[in-house]
Amino acid sequence: MAHVELRNINKKFRRHTALNDLSLDVGDGEFFVLLGPTGAGKTTTLRLIAGLDAPDSGSILIEGADVGQWSAAERDVALVFQYYSLYPHYTVRENLEFPLKSRHRRISAEQVAARVARVAQTLRIEHLLERKTDRLSGGEMQRVSLGRAIVRQPRVFLMDEPLSNLDAKLREILRAELKDLQMKFRATFLYVTHDQVEAMSMADRIGVLNGGRIVQIGTPDEIYNRPRDTFVATFVGSPAMNLLSGVFRDGKVMVVPGKLEIPLDAEVANRLPAGLDRVTLGVRAEDVVVGPGGGLEGRAYGVENHGVEKIVTLKVDEHSLKATVPANMAIEVDSAIPFAIDPAKLQFFADQTGVNLGWKKEEPNHE
Amino acid sequence: MASIVLRNVEKYFGDNYIVRKLNLEIRHREFLVLLGPSGCGKTTTLRAIAGLEEIDSGEILIDGQAVQNRQAADRDIAFVFQLFALYPHLTAYANIAFPLRATKENRNVVDRRVREVAKALRIDGLLDKRPSALSGGDMQRVAIGRALVRRPKALLMDEPMGALDAKLREEMRAELKHIHLENEATTVYVTHDQVEAMAMADRIAIMNDGVLQQVGLPSDVYQYPVNLFVAQFVGSPIMNVVNGAIRPGDGCTNVVLGENDAVQRFPVELHHKVAERRQGQDKLAIGVRPEAVLVARQATDGYFPAEAHIIERLGPYDIVDLKFGTQLFRSRTASGYVKKAGDVVWARLDEKQTHFFDDRTGEALRIRL
Repeated sequence: MAHVELRNINKKFRRHTALNDLSLDVGDGEFFVLLGPTGAGKTTTLRLIAGLDAPDSGSILIEGADVGQWSAAERDVALVFQYYSLYPHYTVRENLEFPLKSRHRRISAEQVAARVARVAQTLRIEHLLERKTDRLSGGEMQRVSLGRAIVRQPRVFLMDEPLSNLDAKLREILRAELKDLQMKFRATFLYVTHDQVEAMSMADRIGVLNGGRIVQIGTPDEIYNRPRDTFVATFVGSPAMNLLSGVFRDGKVMVVPGKLEIPLDAEVANRLPAGLDRVTLGVRAEDVVVGPGGGLEGRAYGVENHGVEKIVTLKVDEHSLKATVPANMAIEVDSAIPFAIDPAKLQFFADQTGVNLGWKKEEPNHE
Repeated sequence: MASIVLRNVEKYFGDNYIVRKLNLEIRHREFLVLLGPSGCGKTTTLRAIAGLEEIDSGEILIDGQAVQNRQAADRDIAFVFQLFALYPHLTAYANIAFPLRATKENRNVVDRRVREVAKALRIDGLLDKRPSALSGGDMQRVAIGRALVRRPKALLMDEPMGALDAKLREEMRAELKHIHLENEATTVYVTHDQVEAMAMADRIAIMNDGVLQQVGLPSDVYQYPVNLFVAQFVGSPIMNVVNGAIRPGDGCTNVVLGENDAVQRFPVELHHKVAERRQGQDKLAIGVRPEAVLVARQATDGYFPAEAHIIERLGPYDIVDLKFGTQLFRSRTASGYVKKAGDVVWARLDEKQTHFFDDRTGEALRIRL
């Protein structure tokens, strides 16, 4: 297994900038997730590492060696796609053996059989080995696709939204299996997705990509609790972080004067830049506490049951914010709801740029 | 506005049932969600109500009138599809006005109704735009506007948000529900997404293999699933289910999880309740949602030891996979509560939130402690 490094990668397709000075570092045995919306440059990044495309500038290193001039096969990475690309007329066994029978490899028949057996056992597809792949379910096909990547024992796994065509329940199961597999093999994973739940649940570290740029790299905890800007703050987490634009004056932030004013602790206020006027507040739904004595009041605009809890949308004038409440709390739509916001849980973003005013880079990208 | 009643509705294709003996009442002004996996018959049911699909037997009543032999156009129902199906060459205004103009409605009336609906949907600023200039969410609003402008008795929606991305879906969920509350059109909404169903429905009807499994409030379906299918289809992460057995203990009932992977003491009455329902059969399936798997970091009386396997740190809380014996249970804990994978912790099932099922049929035994 190997360490992968991208340094200052730029890539254009005609006049469209796909990647803009992208640098990142995936550690040996790390599960790294590139997260971003459609068109962010996630798949382009994978294709460059796999050698299916070349960057306009910048370098790609695998285990310290610049692989810019290497062919896809020489790079020894495995790519797993959203759409499984299995040979339909072959059995599962033949599909798994296929990558090992390449004439570059010279692997003995016994070794091939042993590797296929081991992979089939790990993925729990032993009972399917003699079945043709067009007779498999979606989840089974995706397991076989993974198996075909694993059996090669590549240095790096590149995964392009491998779970996105599966239904929700299966995705949940395979998420856990993938993470388990990655830990078991101590494999280096670079996993691409637009699904923040997948990223949060599997990643050792997440790189958030938007418009071809890396916005933030961090552990799930850092990304969730210290988002670099309003893009990360609202892209990660469900429901999205509440954002409220207000004016900072006399130690408090006024969103709606007289109705939605949030006093700040002196210690919090002192950390804000001098001369700050307009500011965007960020607060997560779980930090908006519904209950009497909160000092704030909103109107219940909607209530969503999520089984284990409810999510209430509160409106204060035209501003809306979501709050998580216990499942057994009764909330009438259109009723007045008292609530509080814990000032210690607030995030502050610059009004114009959306950059988190309290954000500090935890560690440099490159030593 | 209307009530919709389905009586013994059946639809088959050759020897295969698509919908089987379906009985369902959708109340006046209700937002009912038909939920199930693909192929469960939910879309066929919806299309049958709309008159887009003929049924082989049974009755469909709208406001007490049998309509199964009426044309779709004569049922006074509006249908919103997954793909917006807007006319690309027409403005948002003309798209919304289309159904009224088709009935040769007076021009002033058309104008007033279009503007009313647009205002309610907050697309009054976009009326002169063509669909290609609109975002996905706005296109969906226009499609809903077009359905509502006729003031139909009922609104039928087939995965209307299937094509939207996650963030937009989250916003549209609240909007759509609010539109419903203001509009009060009886709504039947089809989806395979249980989050959507739970979040929006007044009541949920869950289907599987053409058969209606359960109808109820979101909280009922979540807390009192009638069988294993419903129990595991609703809720995320999925309810943990394990085969086990119960044994009478000393002033308690011992619940054995798996093949002796763990034993937990339950109140003594559990044994009597199971005996009443199972006639001497002591094997059953035990289900517990992740939030009802209680975790302690220290050895605690009544808890059994387990090893933390994978920890998903999702932000507001963690999902921790617990290994005990050959079992793997998922539990929901405060974020950061279990420090690292490999830690030994203590777990117990919250007895008030533990479900018991027939291990062969999957039917709930309807035992609650």
